[in-house]
Amino acid sequence: MDEIDIRLSVNGEPVHGRAEARKTLADFLREDGGLTGTHLACEHGVCGACTVLLDGEAVRSCLLFAVQAEGSEVTTVEGLSPPDGTLSPVQEAFWENHGLQCGFCTPGFVVSVTAFLRRNPDPTDEEIREGLSGNLCRCTGYQGIVRAVRAAARASA
Amino acid sequence: MTESPQRAAPSAPAAPATGATGAPSAIGRLVGQRVRRKEDPRLLTGHGRYLDDVVLPGMLHAHFLRSDVARARITRIDTTAARAAEGVVAVLTAADLNPHLVGDMHGTLSPDNPGPLLPLAEHDVRHVGDPVALIVASNRYLAEDAAELVEVEYETLPPVVDMEQALSSDDIVVHAELSDNLCSRMEEPIDDELRRIFDTAPYVITETVLQHRYLPVPMETRGVIAVWDRHTGQLEIRISTQSPHDVRTTAGRITGVPEHQIRVIMGDVGGGFGQKAYVARDEQVVILAAHKLGRAVKWVEDRHENLVAATHSRTERVTVTLAADESGQLLGAHIDHLDDAGAYPVMGSGGAGAFVVMMFSGPYRLPKLAYRTTSVYTNTCTRAPYRGPWQAETLAREQVMDVLAHRIGIDPVELRRRNVVHRSELPYTMPGGMPIAEVSPEETLDQAMTMIDHPGFRVEQARALDTGRCLGLGIGLYIEPQPGMGPYGSEPAQIRMQPDGHVAVYLGSGSHGQGLETTTAQIVAEHLGIEPEDVSVHQGDTDATPYAFGTGGSRSGPILGAAVRQTALVAREKILAIAAHLLEASPDDLDIDGGVIAVAGTPAISVSLAQVAMTAYLNPAGLPPGMDAGLDFSSRYQAPPFMFSNACHACTVEVDPVTGTVTILRYVVSEDCGVMINPNIVEGQIDGGVVQGIGGVLYEHFVYDGDGNPLTTTFLDYLLPTAAEVPEIEHGHIETPAMTPGGYKGVGEGGAIGAPAAVVNAVADALRALGVESLSQPLGPARIVAAIEAAR
Repeated sequence: MDEIDIRLSVNGEPVHGRAEARKTLADFLREDGGLTGTHLACEHGVCGACTVLLDGEAVRSCLLFAVQAEGSEVTTVEGLSPPDGTLSPVQEAFWENHGLQCGFCTPGFVVSVTAFLRRNPDPTDEEIREGLSGNLCRCTGYQGIVRAVRAAARASA
Repeated sequence: MTESPQRAAPSAPAAPATGATGAPSAIGRLVGQRVRRKEDPRLLTGHGRYLDDVVLPGMLHAHFLRSDVARARITRIDTTAARAAEGVVAVLTAADLNPHLVGDMHGTLSPDNPGPLLPLAEHDVRHVGDPVALIVASNRYLAEDAAELVEVEYETLPPVVDMEQALSSDDIVVHAELSDNLCSRMEEPIDDELRRIFDTAPYVITETVLQHRYLPVPMETRGVIAVWDRHTGQLEIRISTQSPHDVRTTAGRITGVPEHQIRVIMGDVGGGFGQKAYVARDEQVVILAAHKLGRAVKWVEDRHENLVAATHSRTERVTVTLAADESGQLLGAHIDHLDDAGAYPVMGSGGAGAFVVMMFSGPYRLPKLAYRTTSVYTNTCTRAPYRGPWQAETLAREQVMDVLAHRIGIDPVELRRRNVVHRSELPYTMPGGMPIAEVSPEETLDQAMTMIDHPGFRVEQARALDTGRCLGLGIGLYIEPQPGMGPYGSEPAQIRMQPDGHVAVYLGSGSHGQGLETTTAQIVAEHLGIEPEDVSVHQGDTDATPYAFGTGGSRSGPILGAAVRQTALVAREKILAIAAHLLEASPDDLDIDGGVIAVAGTPAISVSLAQVAMTAYLNPAGLPPGMDAGLDFSSRYQAPPFMFSNACHACTVEVDPVTGTVTILRYVVSEDCGVMINPNIVEGQIDGGVVQGIGGVLYEHFVYDGDGNPLTTTFLDYLLPTAAEVPEIEHGHIETPAMTPGGYKGVGEGGAIGAPAAVVNAVADALRALGVESLSQPLGPARIVAAIEAAR
């Protein structure tokens, strides 16, 4: 199958790649970009594990083709933490509040919550739960995750 | 280190923070503290290393072609076009692959007479999802393309989909090699004494409790990469598993490669919940294919496969007959348990039934018990263990206790108080012969009822009913066993203090989310006077670690924790002996703190761990006479046959009688898992299990139609709970140390054991005022509305 040229920005770096038209953005990031922090857990747009920021908006990279990201700015979980090895406020809050166990859904939650708190920096509990409802976690029962979002909102207030 | 806002304040005076012996609580400098997890920074930043993240040179990608019919003869398979397709390296059918199998595919813990099992379906298929061919290609997209070119013709046959039908069916047999669909059966018939009890007791009730089909659903699906190097004779397997050493044993058995030539590596594992506790058929097929092809082959299951063809769970019917005297004291019971083993049950499907009957009396005094437990084959997906595989005992017992309470006319809490085993009665021998000890069911019941304000809730419930609102309270009180027999009984730990005084620990078991890197480092650092940061924990590589059976049965806390602790204490003893020699002091006068060993009360007389370690490795002449050089330690802990933890779950719900919607108002867990190593991790394990139980009762339901076609094959149909549906979970802790080293007990499965009973009972309690007598899962809105209408 023919490959198509793609130019985009990933985590602030220009990327020039080639991919079949049917290749998902998630597969492109993972296989061609080596950014394996973006996880695939359903590949049909429900679980949110593959969430990345596309021009600042949280999107499901399993539902986008790589070619659809042409000219866009993509941020993956790897691009959220400072290069000095410290954690972002959201990541720090997840660590502090035991917001993860197996960690497989975690990058999707971290990216989603980052976008959510940018949009709504002072959410109510109900808004937090609603905001998290597009991401599935099977380990934590969401208890530590909800606490982490509250804490991250407080920390940046 | 955080103080969780959910943690309940020490509430009931009846809730001692100490054990039966009155020993002080074992909270230490690190053990018992809410230490942040060592695993988290890499997982939070996208730098975990899961199976699908691994890319090996020359690696091929595999895709399964699976049966889309439940029962059929395969009349023709033509792979010509698929073999010629772009990128395809091999298309393997049973004719190609099955002769390559040299040993038994059944798991190490399988029952004595496991049913038929082959790598790929041969001659016929027995459930939707049965693997028919494996396509191996240069990438996954091309492998899936080629699968569409494989031509398979089936002569379809009527399937048996329902377990009751399987039991009675003579003409439709899942496995043609067998005469019927009976997978296993155990029976202890009603004797004269129990018959007399049933004939004469003031209260005798019979209730049937159904548990529908729901699934483990780890967020990371299954996956494996196998590489066979025929020049070195080495088989390397990377796999998402709970049991790397058992993968090695199984791989050796099926390929004939001796185990010293097999290396199994598990990286980070994205949840298991039992589904990855053994090497299932699909992973074995990929290992055989790599061995046959001499190439690196990767297979990562997609979600559709995981739902349809990985493993299924629950799917049980329990009929309980329970007798009680005038005051509600239990006199005797009979249970008839039936479970659906699917087509190819793994790892002791019949064994789940044995635990159901053994644990049936749970926290209550029950003088007499008879039982029958039956497991049947059906043309459905494999049944396999899932978090608390025997939890039907709690689900059934706790529902029947509520029915009995209402028959007698007392509060279900009062009935439980009259029957619960008191601490003074321990050890108490259950009617199945199993003695329970070091448990606190009465204390957890009292603590949970205080936390949820049971009397206050009854007032609120009555008041709400006056305005047409239906509130209910449900309880799940249980004892959770941790098996320590057979391969589950022993666990190793190796500790190496390096020459610079830092410590590396090697575990045979590995974590799939439980935070074993953290809890292990806490225990070791506690006893060696260092910080968790000074300890690295290595797991999941069979070339580096000693043999262990893996995680399962909530065994990592009590058995692995004990192994780590006893090894750390041996290390401490030698470290202190060396330090004593260097300091010309008595070891009894020394303590380790902050990596420095000093004479108690005289901190100036000290030596660092690094100096001790350097001496041990580089200057053996500086050691006490006769002492071996080095600071590497290995020991294996042998557990008692059973250990027990316990808990009481209680929740309150509101049911909307018009829409059938259930809202959980409060959810409380009072739990006793002995000495807590890390309360964050304890509560996290409970929370995850509770939400799986809530999901199982209210949302999750894997459905087959009458022809055995799966209907819930995506997350749009198979509904997992989200943050928007689940309540805040409130925790209370009772700490009764186990008799095992460290006093730790298991806590991994309990949440999923107690929650279904608590939720079903709460909904039933809410609907009782509307005349609803019986309810069965799943409790979706339609079923609740139907139950209300039927009661009118």
